[in-house]
Amino acid sequence: MDDDDGVFKALADPTRRHLLDRLFERDGRTLTELESGLDMTRFGVMKHLRVLEEAGLVVTRRSGREKHHYLNPVPIRLIHDRWIDKYTELRVSALAELKLRLEGIE
Amino acid sequence: MTTTTAQATQVYQLFIKATPERIWEAITRPEFTTKYFHGSYVDSTFEPGAAYNGYSTDRSQQWVDGEVLEADPPRRLQHTWRSLYDPEAAAEPHSRVTWEIEPQQDGTCLVTVVHDKLEESPKTAESVSGTGWIAVLSGLKTLLETGQPLAE
Repeated sequence: MDDDDGVFKALADPTRRHLLDRLFERDGRTLTELESGLDMTRFGVMKHLRVLEEAGLVVTRRSGREKHHYLNPVPIRLIHDRWIDKYTELRVSALAELKLRLEGIE
Repeated sequence: MTTTTAQATQVYQLFIKATPERIWEAITRPEFTTKYFHGSYVDSTFEPGAAYNGYSTDRSQQWVDGEVLEADPPRRLQHTWRSLYDPEAAAEPHSRVTWEIEPQQDGTCLVTVVHDKLEESPKTAESVSGTGWIAVLSGLKTLLETGQPLAE
């Protein structure tokens, strides 16, 4: 689960991204709530939720008889730190340097 | 993307390659928390009923207050939470933070933070969501796995 592959695979699907967006809007939804508004069988939604759960992007907590789904943003942050920060930082500092040179400050 | 009010129950989870004892130590001792918890100096005996206080790194300002509800080292910690760093949040009722540390087969631990009872504390909910807890947990992971605090 603590694995970049799992996160990238989980995110590489529009239905799963849609489910994450729905949880971002309102967290702690049940399967029944998540299923409504999706043109898909209950089994299909469950399958997608399982992929998200295995990637650590969704965490389920039980409350009585109900199972609630929570968006866990931490794996996305770790991907960001590992894969995005590194490249954007270089890009941004190169641009900042270019700006300084063009504006004749350096 | 649609804007949304911050959630009244927030769940954060990650794996950390460290023993439960080291994770517990990193959560409960100020020499560690100042390195990853937005600089916060945590002060508590971590016994049920004890105060849970968080200060600025130099201890000149109090940022958080609360009370320890449950402590089962090195597996579970629950305390109340009031954010004092923001005047509006400080006027809200206490919310609740639960830490769970579950050792896995592969030598890692699954660390879960649940911040709940935020229904009456929307300002607090907003301030701890987004990068709030995420930065704390990714910083905790980096500190424990590399020995270095995350560069800001």
